[in-house]
Amino acid sequence: MRVPILKQGDYLIASIQSALSDQELLQLRDDLAEQAGRFRSRGIIIDVTVLDVMDSFACRTLRSIAHILRLRGAQTAIVGIQPEVAFAMVQLGLALGEVQTALDLEEGLALLSERTKRGGVSEK
Amino acid sequence: MEERKRTRISTPSSSAIAEASPESTVALLRELVAHLRENRTQLREEWVRRITESKLLTAMTREEIFAEATSVYDNYVAVLESGSVEALQAYARDLSERIIPRGVETHEVVGIVLLLRDVLARSLFKKYQSDFGLLNRVLDAYEPAANRIANTVAVSFVQERERIIRQQQEAIRELSTPVLQVRERLLILPIIGVIDPQRARQVTEQLLRGIRSNRAKVVVIDITGVPAVDSTVANHLVQTVDASRLMGATVIVTGLSSEIAQTLVTIGVDLSKMKTVGDLQGGIEEAERLLGYKVMMEQTADKPLS
Repeated sequence: MRVPILKQGDYLIASIQSALSDQELLQLRDDLAEQAGRFRSRGIIIDVTVLDVMDSFACRTLRSIAHILRLRGAQTAIVGIQPEVAFAMVQLGLALGEVQTALDLEEGLALLSERTKRGGVSEK
Repeated sequence: MEERKRTRISTPSSSAIAEASPESTVALLRELVAHLRENRTQLREEWVRRITESKLLTAMTREEIFAEATSVYDNYVAVLESGSVEALQAYARDLSERIIPRGVETHEVVGIVLLLRDVLARSLFKKYQSDFGLLNRVLDAYEPAANRIANTVAVSFVQERERIIRQQQEAIRELSTPVLQVRERLLILPIIGVIDPQRARQVTEQLLRGIRSNRAKVVVIDITGVPAVDSTVANHLVQTVDASRLMGATVIVTGLSSEIAQTLVTIGVDLSKMKTVGDLQGGIEEAERLLGYKVMMEQTADKPLS
């Protein structure tokens, strides 16, 4: 199943609905990279609330998504990592590096609006 | 011979003694039990006298010792008779539950059971001293059973102790890791006492759950009450900080004493990713700043307005 990507103003919201295969993760990466350019998005939120496992491939892909999008001029935030997942990740030494993280969608939007405000030319 | 005895001691089944030895053992045990019943009062008194003499069970009064001794003695004889230790196990657990809170030590419990074994053996020596062969056979029947009883009582006592210790550890663990909200979106986690891997894990899990349920943005972990920090504890801290960050919360660590700071630098733990502030007050102030709170005293707050 393709991950639905919603456009909300300057932001894109990719809301993962079920556990993803490696192929679907790569698809998500390509979709986000393409749409971020098309909609001239300033921030991307990836909601992983439903995931109860995060393996090394997923972490690497999320890192590379953030990197790619930064090159395309957008900030990325991963939101909704569950406590158990967070704990398992640090125990396994899986890091998201410099990727922003937030508690949930609401927090992610607040985080991005703060980050993307900085340095941008404000309207009016 | 030695080998056979040992296997009999460790076999829990009730008919072990009868099976593993010749027919006469059963008869001998029956005779033995009759002898112990007959001399109940005298042997029991002798036993209590020996207990007092050896200064065991000093936490209990003489009457209590006598009452318990009577129950143990009757149980002891019952086990010799039936070969089943289940009733004794239950009694020993019950007894342990009663006497452990009064400070009775393991060596005392084992000591009194061994004393009883000795008292009874002596009475057997006295009774059968004329017939050495018969005495030997009686002891063959008596010793494995007696050893098993001693084992049962000691094991029950130790098990009961361990159960209490586990229970208390659980209670301490529950008490020792509170996650408290001091302001909207600000949690504090004061850690007191030694951090072992199990506790570190529990602290982290509790904190992560707290972050989610309180929607925290900033967490202050105060380690003033942690006596020593080594590389393991430091790594746990780093893991906790990383995991909290994944949940979108910033962690501030406070209360690193000068000794701990020096140790960490000496052993070369990399804490550069962590925000640290000297004391809890400073940590909360920093957290308030991050959250955009501004705390000021009422008077100074009023002045600019007037």
